[in-house]
Amino acid sequence: MSRQSNRTTDSKKMNSELFTLTYGALVTQLCKDYENDEEVNKQLDKMGYNIGVRLIEDFLARSSVGRCHDFRETADVIAKVAFKMYLGITPSVTNWSPAGDEFSLILESNPLVDFVELPDNHSTLVYSNLLCGVLRGALEMVQMAVDVRFAQDTLRGDNVTEIRMKFIKRIEENLPVGDE
Amino acid sequence: MAIFSVYVVNKAGGLIYQYDNYVPRAEVEKTFSFPLDLVLKIHDEKVVVSFGQRDGIRVGHAVLSINGVDVNGKYTAEGKDILEYLKDSSNYPVSIRFGRARLTSNEKLMLASMFHSLFAIGSQLSPEVGSSGIEMLETDMFKLHCFQTLTGIKFIVLADPRQSGVDGLLRKIYEIYSDFALKNPFYSLEMPIRCELFDQNLKSALEIAEKAGTFGPGS
Repeated sequence: MSRQSNRTTDSKKMNSELFTLTYGALVTQLCKDYENDEEVNKQLDKMGYNIGVRLIEDFLARSSVGRCHDFRETADVIAKVAFKMYLGITPSVTNWSPAGDEFSLILESNPLVDFVELPDNHSTLVYSNLLCGVLRGALEMVQMAVDVRFAQDTLRGDNVTEIRMKFIKRIEENLPVGDE
Repeated sequence: MAIFSVYVVNKAGGLIYQYDNYVPRAEVEKTFSFPLDLVLKIHDEKVVVSFGQRDGIRVGHAVLSINGVDVNGKYTAEGKDILEYLKDSSNYPVSIRFGRARLTSNEKLMLASMFHSLFAIGSQLSPEVGSSGIEMLETDMFKLHCFQTLTGIKFIVLADPRQSGVDGLLRKIYEIYSDFALKNPFYSLEMPIRCELFDQNLKSALEIAEKAGTFGPGS
């Protein structure tokens, strides 16, 4: 992974293996601490949420995307700009529901799970659940409540990794002034 | 110093960061003998000149210090009422420093929330739908530039009217905020920003903006 090339502050290249190892250490430690896959999934989601609420500002400061006015625009921005910026991959957006409020992100590769195999005793562990929390937290800060979950996971035998995102509602309470 | 101050206001309208970059230029210290020919009055818990402008001491200037010791509102550092003190001829000759009174932090908090409300009114006054809030407020002494992010945080910069490139500076401050405040795990969102690195980087950004007069994107 490398930082954006137009950042003149520091353009460091960081070894993505270190990132994979760090994430792996985090998940295994959580498994040891909680001993219950459901609990670990919840904690990963919470941690992801805390990352997401901060990451959104970094994303908005560095990209020049404006406010998205419908869910399709949001999906495009997430897949083409955000995932590219932070994980270096571009998932595809498919499987739109008829009402246009649900879609899937199909990830061909997932940098978090390079070299990872799930053992049998952790079959219900959603290893990359952090990503769900990140997406949920980030969108909440731009006044969109969404539900994010993994529909398919290569670690559990599926062919691709599929993240299903469902639009719940717009959060009207903290709407910054001047946006509708 | 063409950039006067920076304010950061959170979603709820509370001031979470404030930085003053200017030193009030008009501070005058003079020695006076009895009787004082300036007319002083109490205004907002401070002693200000109401009439008798002379020698660089303007109407509206507040008493900042007496005999070199900073005053405490309308009382001297020892707790004596300033107007009483100056009416007593035995205290003369006295050296008084006058200058533009600085805003206290409470006043700044109040002004920030008031600006937050005015910002909202600005967008409601618009004849067209979907207007932004107040982006610039201009007076003859300064221009106030405001940038609201999609998440509701406002970055406000008060600068000289001739200063250019403040838009770029506002974006740069947003980047510095997202780096040094948000990536600090010990900083909680919406709380006052007390991060050393944020202060340092903000100061260098202001210096660059002042020297260059403009701030390029992505720098």
